[in-house]
Amino acid sequence: MRKSDAPRTGARTVPVPLLVPALVGLAFLLLPLIALLVRAPWSGLPDQLTSPEVWQALRLSLLCATSATLLSLVVGVPLAWLLARTEFPGRGFVRALVTLPLVLPPVVGGVALLLAFGRNGVVGQWLDAWFGITLPFTTTGVILAETFVAMPFLVISVEGTLRAADPRFEEAATTLGASRFTAFRRVTLPLIAPGIAAGAVLAWARALGEFGATITFAGNFPGRTQTMPLAVYLALQNDPAAAIALSLVLLAVSIAVLAGLRDRWMRAT
Amino acid sequence: MTGRTKSSGGPAEGDMAARTEHSSGSDEDNMAARKKSPGAPDEDDMTDPCAPTTTAEPTAAHATGSGLDARLVVDRGTFRLDVTLTAAPGDVVALLGPNGAGKTTALRALAGLAPLTDGHLRLDGTALDRVPPESRPVGVVFQDYLLFPHLSALDNVAFGPRCRGANKAQARARAAAWLERMGLADHAGAKPRRLSGGQAQRVALARALATNPRLLLLDEPLAALDARTRLEVRAQLRRHLAEFEAVAVLVTHDPLDAMVLADRLVVVEEGRVVQEGGPADIARRPRTDYIAQLVGLNLYGGQADGHTVRLDAGPAITTTEDLSGPVFVAFPPSAVTLYGERPGGSSARNLWRCEVAGLETHGDQIRVDLTGALPLAADLTTVAAAELGLHPGAPVWATVKATQTHAYPA
Amino acid sequence: MTRSVCRTRRIRRSLRASGAGAAVLLALSACSSSTGSQVGSDSAGSAEVSGQVTVFAAASLKESFTTLGETFEKQHPGTVVTFNFGGSDALAAGITSGAPADVFASASPKTMATVTDAGATAGEPSTFVRNQLEIATLPGNPEGISTLKDLIASGLKVVLCDKAVPCGAAAQKALEAGGVELTPASYEQDVKAALTKVELKEADAAVVYRTDVKAAGDKVTGVDFPEAAEAVNDYPIAVLEDAPNAGAAKAFVELVKSGDGQRVLTDAGFSTP
Repeated sequence: MRKSDAPRTGARTVPVPLLVPALVGLAFLLLPLIALLVRAPWSGLPDQLTSPEVWQALRLSLLCATSATLLSLVVGVPLAWLLARTEFPGRGFVRALVTLPLVLPPVVGGVALLLAFGRNGVVGQWLDAWFGITLPFTTTGVILAETFVAMPFLVISVEGTLRAADPRFEEAATTLGASRFTAFRRVTLPLIAPGIAAGAVLAWARALGEFGATITFAGNFPGRTQTMPLAVYLALQNDPAAAIALSLVLLAVSIAVLAGLRDRWMRAT
Repeated sequence: MTGRTKSSGGPAEGDMAARTEHSSGSDEDNMAARKKSPGAPDEDDMTDPCAPTTTAEPTAAHATGSGLDARLVVDRGTFRLDVTLTAAPGDVVALLGPNGAGKTTALRALAGLAPLTDGHLRLDGTALDRVPPESRPVGVVFQDYLLFPHLSALDNVAFGPRCRGANKAQARARAAAWLERMGLADHAGAKPRRLSGGQAQRVALARALATNPRLLLLDEPLAALDARTRLEVRAQLRRHLAEFEAVAVLVTHDPLDAMVLADRLVVVEEGRVVQEGGPADIARRPRTDYIAQLVGLNLYGGQADGHTVRLDAGPAITTTEDLSGPVFVAFPPSAVTLYGERPGGSSARNLWRCEVAGLETHGDQIRVDLTGALPLAADLTTVAAAELGLHPGAPVWATVKATQTHAYPA
Repeated sequence: MTRSVCRTRRIRRSLRASGAGAAVLLALSACSSSTGSQVGSDSAGSAEVSGQVTVFAAASLKESFTTLGETFEKQHPGTVVTFNFGGSDALAAGITSGAPADVFASASPKTMATVTDAGATAGEPSTFVRNQLEIATLPGNPEGISTLKDLIASGLKVVLCDKAVPCGAAAQKALEAGGVELTPASYEQDVKAALTKVELKEADAAVVYRTDVKAAGDKVTGVDFPEAAEAVNDYPIAVLEDAPNAGAAKAFVELVKSGDGQRVLTDAGFSTP
């Protein structure tokens, strides 16, 4: 018994040069979260959580993050396909541009959005003049700001999956009479569904935590544009305990959603 | 040039094919079976599953000339493919050639997946050069089948009819009929990863046929199978191809597949057609070293003068044929006899001193590669090899009877 | 009173840190010297001042303090003034968490109180300037805004600071004093963000500090309003208890309060206390 066990456990041993940094990394990620839990004002928590403002902000956060994810899917998946499956001059440059919001400080992103879609912006002034649409200070503005910051995650993830997927499946579909769009819809899309799901989850998580671009572009008004991260930031100004409580709510909800999605989507693959 | 009949094999076909390394008794039997198949009762079945729906492409072009008429020119960097292919409905043409010869490119050009640089492509009188792949009446069986992994076998087969206008119920009914025909009715609901290699191959074939193509393309249809399955699937595939009433073009680097499955072989090397004809003709009269190697023959070019051919390689060889001018001389390795000492009383006039370059086991035979006066391959029994004490570097005498050589004009 | 508080705190901290006896002695001397220098204010231009001074100051002080920092370095060769400008609350949090600073200038007494309550100031803080609210409008004030009430006109987009930050609390006080019920388009996270919205013409008006209007130059037009008097913001300054360079810290505070210092500050829009 022992003899047969020994080599098996031996083979499973994780090399120390990998194990130690891995544990350090894990600890580094977890310690701040643990600190948050340890220092949380647990006694005051019920009061914090029953305030309607918290639920208002949470509801708005979930609504906007989900809308931003859907918007990202609608335009981001085709964009990823374009980048992965077609040849056009300057494609590498376009890909770099798409990932720009990843490196841009979100506040700058927010200012850029104002310059584009603001009341006085490059596009925004026409939206205002022709349709009477103004985006800053509106919930739509929050969704746009979150989409701007979150969509690159989706595009990168989906493009990677598309590149890994065999393009010949699309060719096979074509020889069976499918137009390129039908081939995409009926063959490629189901094949890359796991990648899309992963990208959507990343985008959703990023959108949920979005702060800089949102507050810069959409401002901060409870119930309309004040999402959880904004509420947390402002609470931090004069009531750190409340800020921690709000953060815990956001953490709990996002962990619940992410874990739930992972079970449903990722395991299927 | 164009073989219009289903069967052209004379007695030599079986004879020569039997010498190829992959030969197997069951395939020989199957080949014989196919020759009887035209007009067999299940011929009608062939069109049955496709009958209810109309094809998107009108095949009214029969009047102007049916079948395939193509010159495929595709430039890809420094490589240029330039092959001419013609075939009548019912023909099965095999594109045979080494890796990188451009066979698959030719197939992709026929399917519309690779644009033509030059040339033309007509199918049943209709020009297809500018027709996008989805609108061509072409079915493709890809090398690794490319069955859509997220769809069941049934939905894989129904995909084509669905794309070509059938509603869901029609498409599924048609797919079910095809699977039934392929003996896969029990696996209709299975996802591709649950299918065996042979089953997947049949699903791929059903999927390609379900769109009622006027041109069926098969890319290395048996390459993905293990040896055992291959035998069985090859037999089935041949039956289905024999029943197929339109043009079928298959690409393979395996001469046995080509000879068993096709009526006509087109041998492609470096983007060019180097030889074409019936399997028997190709097997008997190879014109390049590549084909000679494939069919297991020693092949030499030379100048004939009566019964003597002066080989480009050096020595002369005596043949039964009476020819003059440039010729090829071919003989199988089994026609070579080896001696340790110079044979005194041998009647063979074709006698060369050689040296053993290498030895290789070939079934129950030993294949001996020889260098020297004439580079050649010889087959002998294990016992004979042992008695001769063959080893690399050993000097031997090789003879070939004139009656076992075959000379033909180059 | 001040002295005893100082002493006990100092002892407790040092004990926590290291060896007791020497630390107590050191602490006592450090404490007495700092209290002493707070009392005796005649050594302003003393030549002993040197080394680095770290000043934590509210973001609204950036321009004027930077100028004063240069003046200070000129007056006291050998000194280097390092500034950390930011939100008062964030700075206060940094100081109470042990950030090494010599001087803290806050934009609100409330924030300063959190530092004082934590025993991190050396002596009582003192108010050195005041800041008053103004309405920032688009250049030239095209909407003709002249009072707080004008802001509730329909179609007008107004942004305020969030109540959690000083300018928001002050604006709230002023609005209450004037009996004006205003629903803004947004409660901005700080005064600069509010002002930016007007600068980018996304908002028609913002209630901000006069200093911010001044700093924005001609990108906005400032409008004074009477209720601003109800929400005057005092800026307290203090030398910190743990100041690594207490002497220089004290000298810097003196400069800020001097006539020269006050002139620079009023130029920036502040008013004298």
